[in-house]
Amino acid sequence: MGAEVSDIPWGLVLILLPLMGGMACFLWPRVTTMLGLVTVFGVALSVAGLGWQILENGVYRHAVGGWGAPLGIDLYADGLSLLMLTATALVGLGVSVYSAAYFRREDATRFWPLWLFLLAGLNALFLSADIFNLYVTLELMGLAAVALAALTGGKDALGGAMRYLLAALLGSLAYLLGVALLYHGFGTVDITLLGQRVESGPVLWAALGLMGAGLLLKTAVFPLHFWLPPAHASAPAPVSALLSALVVKASFYILLRLWLSIFGPLVGEEGVDTLLGLLGATAVLWGSVQALRQTRLKLLIAYSTVAQIGYLFLAFPLAAAAGVTAWHAVIYLAFSHALAKAAMFLVAGNLLRFGGHDRIADLDRVVQRLPLTTGAFALAGVSIMGLPPSGGFIGKWLLLEMALAQGRWDLVVVMILGGLLAAGYIFKVLGRAFTQAEVTHKSRAVPACMEWAALLLAIGAVLLGFLAVPVLSVVGIGDPFGVSGVRP
Amino acid sequence: MNGNTWLPLLVIASSLLPGLIIFGLAENRVRLRIALNLVGAIVKLVLVGWMLWGTSQGLHYEMRLVLLPGLELVLRAGPLSLLFVSLSAVLWLVTTVYAIGYLEGSPYRSRFFGFFSLCVTATVGVALAGNLITFLVFYELLTLATYPLVVHRGTEAARRAGQTYLIYTVLGGALLLLGTVWLYTLTGTLEFTPQGFLSEVGEEHHFALIIIFVLLIAGFGVKAALVPLHGWLPQAMVAPAPVSALLHAVAVVKAGAFGIVRVVYDVFGMEFASGLGVTGPLAWLAAITIIYGSMRALFQDDLKRRLAYSTVSQVSYIILGVAIAGPIAAIGGVVHLVHQGLMKITLFFCAGNLAETLGIHKVSEMNGVGRRMPWTMAAFTVGAFGMIGAPPVAGFISKWYLGLGALEAGQGWVIIVLAGSSLLNAAYFLPILHRAWFREPPDAWPEEHDFGRKETALMLLLPPVVTALMALAAGLLASAPFSPLEWAKLIAVREFYQP
Amino acid sequence: MSAAFLYALVGMGLFSLGVYALIVHAHLLRKILAINVMGSGIFLVLVALARRTGEAQPDAVPHAMVITGIVVAISATALALTLMLKLAAETGCAELPDEKRE
Repeated sequence: MGAEVSDIPWGLVLILLPLMGGMACFLWPRVTTMLGLVTVFGVALSVAGLGWQILENGVYRHAVGGWGAPLGIDLYADGLSLLMLTATALVGLGVSVYSAAYFRREDATRFWPLWLFLLAGLNALFLSADIFNLYVTLELMGLAAVALAALTGGKDALGGAMRYLLAALLGSLAYLLGVALLYHGFGTVDITLLGQRVESGPVLWAALGLMGAGLLLKTAVFPLHFWLPPAHASAPAPVSALLSALVVKASFYILLRLWLSIFGPLVGEEGVDTLLGLLGATAVLWGSVQALRQTRLKLLIAYSTVAQIGYLFLAFPLAAAAGVTAWHAVIYLAFSHALAKAAMFLVAGNLLRFGGHDRIADLDRVVQRLPLTTGAFALAGVSIMGLPPSGGFIGKWLLLEMALAQGRWDLVVVMILGGLLAAGYIFKVLGRAFTQAEVTHKSRAVPACMEWAALLLAIGAVLLGFLAVPVLSVVGIGDPFGVSGVRP
Repeated sequence: MNGNTWLPLLVIASSLLPGLIIFGLAENRVRLRIALNLVGAIVKLVLVGWMLWGTSQGLHYEMRLVLLPGLELVLRAGPLSLLFVSLSAVLWLVTTVYAIGYLEGSPYRSRFFGFFSLCVTATVGVALAGNLITFLVFYELLTLATYPLVVHRGTEAARRAGQTYLIYTVLGGALLLLGTVWLYTLTGTLEFTPQGFLSEVGEEHHFALIIIFVLLIAGFGVKAALVPLHGWLPQAMVAPAPVSALLHAVAVVKAGAFGIVRVVYDVFGMEFASGLGVTGPLAWLAAITIIYGSMRALFQDDLKRRLAYSTVSQVSYIILGVAIAGPIAAIGGVVHLVHQGLMKITLFFCAGNLAETLGIHKVSEMNGVGRRMPWTMAAFTVGAFGMIGAPPVAGFISKWYLGLGALEAGQGWVIIVLAGSSLLNAAYFLPILHRAWFREPPDAWPEEHDFGRKETALMLLLPPVVTALMALAAGLLASAPFSPLEWAKLIAVREFYQP
Repeated sequence: MSAAFLYALVGMGLFSLGVYALIVHAHLLRKILAINVMGSGIFLVLVALARRTGEAQPDAVPHAMVITGIVVAISATALALTLMLKLAAETGCAELPDEKRE
């Protein structure tokens, strides 16, 4: 039995299962919710299967159809891929359970196939090891994400989605041109091989500029974040959760992979890392201040995403001296942000459902009426603020420790200020939850599974604070940080 | 793992689990909620007693959980921890009884008692923390758990008070985090060690260490209400009386003061801190806080605000005792941690009784109240005399040792501060007592509730009487074994004399 | 200067032209066309650079990439056009709505 389970190419299952599930949803729209839930559970189990394989045998490789590179496609998964797949599966499970109650019949038939295609795109992306395949999966994921953002129709959602689509296409085409240049220059698209072959020169710099700009745009790093708040705030809550928690992380993941294997070792110390850090620092401050200024909950959460993405880039200037610790911090921040931010958007969905609006100033007394939802927001907030014990705390602790050890006081100040501002916008919401104004609006019941989905995701973000040692040891499988981590 | 590992965890769990269950209870499950509260409080008391007994038998209680390589959550039962944890466990039981009586019939009790239990959990965690990071974890949890209690009433004033409270404590928490991480990068450890763990740090880092000291003291000073970081405390008085009692006697302010004690004794070490020259300014800051708090208390008509400023002043006795840098003063400071808790909680319970029974919120409304509520006012009187420092109440012991310690350390100016503060204490407490006992009662009280032949509900009356008796006992039986004073001596010996 | 290099330069030019048009034009149809011009530019670069070895048989990999890229571009264009039509039906104007200022 054990041998059979470990022989299954789980990576392939992870891509094919949601693709087939999505098509099945088109074919049998009446049972779409059930099909969707079963598929997502299946994907979660497959991630577990893949994880078991990786723990047993080390890095996972699979040549699709037996073709192999350069014309065929290789699937590849090390510890870092596994972590991203796990985050996707966890967030996906939470959002799926939530969506089963959230979408009514008509919306459900549109939501589920798109979400399953998105899931397929995400899984394929995290399993890809060549830069062209990453482009294809990036587009697959991006198109599904745009369609999801436009799901409810209406001027705001359509406008947000259109802006998102144009930004996404601009980003991925810039990336594609970079791919063309790298292939021309070094004759391969395989990341590992490229890492061995690349040398500094005009081709490398041009590719870095194009791919970097494209991916930064898709990751919504300040000042390229303009498309994110309208798209994330106007989409339905579960979609916003997916976009903020996973889709943005996917393009960041590509950037991280490229940096680790190809660009970092060559150009890391020539000011590019400083530039990335500067963008990150500005994003932290600007996004937090914007979040604090918002009067709508969903926009607040969306700007908080802009700020939290900034933290991921603070690690780049620290990595030269701190090596693998910097990337550990990034991974931890990304993982816990995925869980916490998904929980927050689901909370916003609950409040919208309950009160029919998301004006922060009118959230009175929700703490009595939706205690689980408020609790979810508070717990997710703990991780976003970086308070202990939570995944966010571990990430920020590592960052702070490195910044202090390297005497980078500028980054220290940014991190502390970012934490304070985050506390400001989180408690701006929570403070209103306790006041006792009269109820002025009709309220609708919120199904229990919607409240619990948000709460469990938030609890997950907090529990991550206790799991750093095992998680980080799994991430190290296959030495994803090795190239950039080891320096003479 | 054996029992010695699990016991500290069980002490934490004995309030955490009831709290989490209570969150899930429907509002009308009154009996179950009361049962959970009381069982949790009693179990905790028993466990703490067990730990005390075990420690006296030479057992070592410690639990470790690795957060990151080199960074661990540590719960450990040292002498200082046990002193604070015993105080918390005893006062939690008393306050629980009081809160059950006080909140009878009011809305949102499940939420209240849930956070109340979390708050105690955090306090016990702070007490048992074996290193600075664990301390920080529970210290932040304490901030989060007390916030809903401060805003519990849900009024606009409560929301604003909560906001002020948060701004202070979150800023304090950020400074603390910065100081902690910085310290960690210099030393690679955060483990509380008697006489500190910094003696190995090189000369070139001493300036950084001074800044770290300032950061840590500022972080803890917010909760300990050190001037000028005390602004949140009087505002937080909008909270219900049991919250004020718990916040001011045990949880929040004490956690701050306890943190300062930890930083000076177990992080920097007394000798090292004096060498850096940081204890002198700390002593001055404490002295200023003592005088300033007393002066402000003098002019408050609102009873709870007067008590709040009195707290600002009294908590700094602890800090003063620590900062004088002599063994006898240390005894006075550490023992005041317990004594102030007992006395101040008594006073807040009494203030709550006056408000609940007669609708009295102001000092000027207290004429003749001693005749209407003799037991309550008797307890109040004990507490007030203790604060003034009159023998034989516990407060006298604290001041005696502080004064002696100051002379021993050659810092005579402290005597002037102590004397001035005692005079001021007398000036703001004696008029209250005079009104209560010697003036004629008015024709009608502001808002009188009928409790039959008793002066007030039994569950409101018992707690202050019990804590007043404890405050008396702590003074009268100061030299008995296991008294707070004996305990404080043990801690001082450990800090100053053992190699 | 080889013919392949010239093609590649033209491709680059098309890409830049597309970026410029995408930014300056307000009408969505023009923006979508601009994206397509960008895509074509990249495909031209890929096809041209396939001759990098100078052998009679050009490298097949970039050609495979172009085919894949065209498929992706068609899907993206279809989605963009649908969105544009919906938006036009909703607002009566095929331009991006102004971002709301708070």
